[in-house]
Amino acid sequence: MTSTTVPAPAAPPSSTPTENQPIRIGVLALQGAFIEHVHLLERVAQHLSVPLSFPLIRTAADLDPKSLHGLVIPGGESTAIALVAERSGCLDALRTYVRARPTWGTCAGLILLSQSATHAKQGGQQLLGALDVSVDRNAFGRQAESFMAPLHIKGITDTALDGTHVPLEGVFIRAPVVTTLGDHVDVIGTVTGPKGDERIVAVRQGHLLGTSFHPELTQDTRVHKYFVDMVLKHVQAAGDSS
Amino acid sequence: MSFTPAANLANGHAAAASSQVSEEQLRQQFILKAGLAQNLKGGVIMDVVNAEQARIAEEAGAVAVMALERVPADIRKDGGVARMSDPKMIKEIQAAVTIPVMAKVRIGHLVEAQIIQHLAVDFIDESEVLTPADETHHIDKHAYKIPFVCGARNLGEALRRVNEGAAMIRTKGEAGTGDVVEAVRHARTMMSEIRKAQHMSADELYNYAKEIGAPYHLLKETARLGRLPVVNFAAGGVATPADAALMMQLGMDGVFVGSGIFKSGDPAKRAKAIVQAVTHFNDPAVLATVSEDLGEAMVGINCDTLPEAEQFAKRGW
Repeated sequence: MTSTTVPAPAAPPSSTPTENQPIRIGVLALQGAFIEHVHLLERVAQHLSVPLSFPLIRTAADLDPKSLHGLVIPGGESTAIALVAERSGCLDALRTYVRARPTWGTCAGLILLSQSATHAKQGGQQLLGALDVSVDRNAFGRQAESFMAPLHIKGITDTALDGTHVPLEGVFIRAPVVTTLGDHVDVIGTVTGPKGDERIVAVRQGHLLGTSFHPELTQDTRVHKYFVDMVLKHVQAAGDSS
Repeated sequence: MSFTPAANLANGHAAAASSQVSEEQLRQQFILKAGLAQNLKGGVIMDVVNAEQARIAEEAGAVAVMALERVPADIRKDGGVARMSDPKMIKEIQAAVTIPVMAKVRIGHLVEAQIIQHLAVDFIDESEVLTPADETHHIDKHAYKIPFVCGARNLGEALRRVNEGAAMIRTKGEAGTGDVVEAVRHARTMMSEIRKAQHMSADELYNYAKEIGAPYHLLKETARLGRLPVVNFAAGGVATPADAALMMQLGMDGVFVGSGIFKSGDPAKRAKAIVQAVTHFNDPAVLATVSEDLGEAMVGINCDTLPEAEQFAKRGW
């Protein structure tokens, strides 16, 4: 059985898909830009021999770590997603799930994965608390301060086959940044904000990935490929241990 | 169904926009503007007239609030000229919540838009609910750093607004009535016209662009995508969770609720119910639960008894 309450990266669940069953990577579809993630994941899947499927996730029953092998929490409004999750009865299932299986949060999803958030609404907001970081919401300001910037992410190549340098295009929309880090969290991406200061915008903690920018709003599949690889490795490890 | 607005629209926008801005800057601006709208999808945007209502909306799970002095139902009742809100009130609402704040300007009133942009509002609604300031021209929305949403009744109108730089479209519906019939008409019209365009040959599409007054490059892109090239919300007459879910099932990306919440008996409860309904729009069990015991809905005005001069949807060109 899957361990459900340990905050550190837990042992992978023991059940793995058989050869005929696709690996299922869900996209949380309570609110936000979820379909964009599905489209980019589908493009990644076209270049892989492993069968993959990308169900939309809206209920606690959808969040079974035994049958769902990875999860993307999309951008949107983190307050709205948290409130809808709570009222839809899937907050606890999410908390359990993200401790067991690879999960990637983008923008609002990063906020939800984190331990604590500053500049939250009055009275605070519900968080999943699995990613050992603090985030600052809307750290760059309102929409007028939203910006795009080239990015390098550790573990993702930015050299094309012909040797040209192709950095990722970071889309920062009312974006959060990571302000404090736990011991097991790796910084894999930073950006120089419009005011010239270096801010943490991508982190990895074992099976968890957090990005404050929106790869799903570009046509570049590299970050999605990176996450699919995380899920495939995790499934592989689960198979090895069973 | 694909959803890839930015890359495909950059060229058209560059052609339409004023000269100092580079094509690359326009492409990036469009990704940022349309991207904020994409983040709002599957959510509810609520009209609020003060900080207290804004907090109720935020706690209900609104993805944004629309700051305005009078909700459309009161604009109807009071009559007279309806204008941009007092900046002081907008600032109070900005200070009260962390979700995006939108504000309305009159159609064609570029100075109201400049003022709202200066206040660092997150989204501008160039809205037929306010009294139009220009009976020919809409605002050149490419010239602003913050995104615009505009109302539309059909595909041609929607694509004219996108051509002017709108990063988001909403149905006009008939605001302040509590009657969803016009919003349904506008959503059905748009979806039907998109499906029609999808099946047209190239020569038919040129003619269709002329017929509906749509820029050809945007119509072609819409036909390719099978949807508008920007996010498309429902607005104008949504009063119940069932209304909201209906608009989602008709293919809208999210819902604006104006008078429907704060003109009802129990605004906080109704607001929460509409938020749940937009997420679970395909689940009758959830819809039945959230529709229970909501208190009185706004009284409402039947759209078919509304004199033509009082129909907001007729405003805009």
